[in-house]
Amino acid sequence: MFAYILRRVLYAIPILIGVNLITFALFFMVNSPDDMARMQLGVKRVTPEAIQQWKAERGYDKPLFLNEASTGVAQVTDTIFYSKSLTLFAGEFGRSEDGREIGREIRERMGPSLAIAIPTFLVGLGLTVSLALFLVLFRGTWLDRTGVVLCVGLMSISSLFFIIGGQFIFARMLQLVPISGYESNPLVAWHFLILPVTVAVVAGIGGSTRWYRTLFLEEIGKDYVRTARAKGLSDTAVLFRHVLRNGLIPILTGVVVVIPTLFMGSLLIESFFGIPGLGSYTIDAIAAQDFAVVRAMVFLGSVLYLLGLILTDLSYTLVDPRIRLK
Amino acid sequence: MTINELFSTLSQSLWVWLATDVLLWVLFVLFLFSVVVIVRSPLQRAVWQKVFRQRLAVVSTVLLAIAASFALLDSIHLREPLPRLTPEASVRYSVEVNSVLDLILTDLRKNHEKTYSAPLAVNLAALEPVTVSMPDGAVEVRREAPRLKVAGSIFPPGPVDDTTYWLDVLQRVSLGALGGALLFALLWLGCLMARRVLTSNPQSNRVAWRWVGLTLGVVFITGGVFTGLSTNFHVFGTDKVGQDVLYQVLKSLRTALVIGLVPTLVTLPLGIALGLSAGYFRGKVDDVIQYIYTTVSAVPGVLLIAASVLSIQVMIDNHPEWFATAVERGDIRLLALCIILGMTSWTGIARLLRGEALKMREYDYVQAARAFGVGAGQILLRHVLPNVFPIILITLVMEFSSLVLAEAVLSYIGIGVDPTMFSFGLMINNARMELSRDPVVWWSLTAAFLFMVILVLAANLLADAVRDALDPRSEGQS
Repeated sequence: MFAYILRRVLYAIPILIGVNLITFALFFMVNSPDDMARMQLGVKRVTPEAIQQWKAERGYDKPLFLNEASTGVAQVTDTIFYSKSLTLFAGEFGRSEDGREIGREIRERMGPSLAIAIPTFLVGLGLTVSLALFLVLFRGTWLDRTGVVLCVGLMSISSLFFIIGGQFIFARMLQLVPISGYESNPLVAWHFLILPVTVAVVAGIGGSTRWYRTLFLEEIGKDYVRTARAKGLSDTAVLFRHVLRNGLIPILTGVVVVIPTLFMGSLLIESFFGIPGLGSYTIDAIAAQDFAVVRAMVFLGSVLYLLGLILTDLSYTLVDPRIRLK
Repeated sequence: MTINELFSTLSQSLWVWLATDVLLWVLFVLFLFSVVVIVRSPLQRAVWQKVFRQRLAVVSTVLLAIAASFALLDSIHLREPLPRLTPEASVRYSVEVNSVLDLILTDLRKNHEKTYSAPLAVNLAALEPVTVSMPDGAVEVRREAPRLKVAGSIFPPGPVDDTTYWLDVLQRVSLGALGGALLFALLWLGCLMARRVLTSNPQSNRVAWRWVGLTLGVVFITGGVFTGLSTNFHVFGTDKVGQDVLYQVLKSLRTALVIGLVPTLVTLPLGIALGLSAGYFRGKVDDVIQYIYTTVSAVPGVLLIAASVLSIQVMIDNHPEWFATAVERGDIRLLALCIILGMTSWTGIARLLRGEALKMREYDYVQAARAFGVGAGQILLRHVLPNVFPIILITLVMEFSSLVLAEAVLSYIGIGVDPTMFSFGLMINNARMELSRDPVVWWSLTAAFLFMVILVLAANLLADAVRDALDPRSEGQS
């Protein structure tokens, strides 16, 4: 078990290096730092000196891979690739365009992101699994058919409409909750959180319910279900005692991948509801073309994704005793 | 614009083939080609008859076909000739690039109001100071909503009386509906005649044809009503700069289809080649390919797209000399977005096909082919690929709807299509601000919502139907 985990972690390293190379290529080779400087400085202030100064302030004035001016190890370390890309592995994210430390910003914004993401995740999972079970219980009837069509309908609506519509109806017309904002005090925070969480859950219902329904249906066609029915168990007993438990295996493993990425927050929900989390941080960085922040978030996101993959493999062994990892 | 005018403009103009135009037409030709292949092979025909025996599949296909025809008409671009100053001067062309659809919709495109106006309104949705001279000679300045420039111009100036207004609306609705119904009846009659002549057994697949007729009828009548109303009103109102919203949604269809379809030109070759060879060859090849797609899918999708789009954006901004017109610049950005979307979304299909190839390489017919000494390339092409075709097709149709939805999100974040273009995402993005105005400007959002939901829903329902018919696993379910 331990050897397996170790191997998986080691396998993640070349992938992270690959991610690093991709982002490096995108940010520094497709466009030279000069182009970025011109972009950030705006049309009016572009002078060769201004560009030089901008690059020097941010450490972009070094060569890309190999610094021939230096000697020894510094030939490799005194380059953009080393100082901007490899240092990400050590958790040094550098500074954003407005001079703030990205690492600290990430730590501060994680809380609000999780405050939205965890309730959304839990409520959404519980709701969609129960809905899927409900549809499976009534499989083949008009209830099931209507449910599936409703799911497809919900899937076809852009989440933007859910957000805009929810904000308009509940915050503006009925004035039940504030339109946007955030408060770190938990006693007040639920006031701000209830609408975004509801909207996020509703926006995700269609796709997941339909998928879980298919998984349960696949399970229900298996031999052991027939045996259980033949034993004389009732339909509901089979569904809840056998199908649910076995059907949860693919659901759980599909869901575990997502857990680490919950830290990244939701881009749309956070930016629409003005929640100072990582999602809105990313959106703001993209809008301001703050390459340092986008780079840091790409790295963080891929680390969390790989963590999710490892957790998925581990969760297989936990929920399914047939699987042994070697 | 009359048909004659349209053709004379077409013959005199300079044709402009934008990159996405060419790709969209190439895709159309590929589509026609595969239709021919399907119709010729009895096996394939049987499978597709199974698909089109489902009512929802038929309705969705008709709706998608109508959207596609709008997009294709919108994909023939030209620059109109400018009036010559002297008879000897050489012909010069306008810098404005229009599509054939633009020419057909010239009235919609050019009838600008000053700013927002509600659907079917005759007054502006904003108050303006108006000087009114009172009967006693005094002059008073009031704030009221002035009459529109174009919409309702056949009514006499001043406030429009309710009865006249509704009679006019009713007249246009009924005339339009009648026109649409007539056109549809003519078309349908023609089809019926053609079918009687062409097919020996007109009873086959009758249900499906009835639904094609019903859908087309509804669409034609709606189109007729819209056309009728457009002669005097803005059916979906106007936006901030006074542009007709109906025109904007019709133009957005092309953007949506380009975003939904063109990325597959990147996804398919990459996904099929890498996925199949990883599963078939296993070993080192598999390791390398798995490494590549794990790496690509490890990067959060939105961020990878954002990073690529920002990079492309910098490149485009730094080279204004590459593009002759703003439309061409917007088009290259759209193409870049499509390529990026394709590069980030091939991993799913590659993973799926790898699994299939792993399974399939052990099948008897593949082993037999190998025993006969058939090369790996031949086996993959002739024995494996045709058998994974249903999976590829289902993935494509599902990908289409998710790409169309993604466009809206990306345009909202500001990394989507060029702001000078028309797209559902841009319309939604603008509508956010409009909802907080007073009076509430709801029509842009509603129009974008309606058209987008119809498009995506049709694609989703079609994907479901295709899966039910093609995927042997789902047999007997639902």
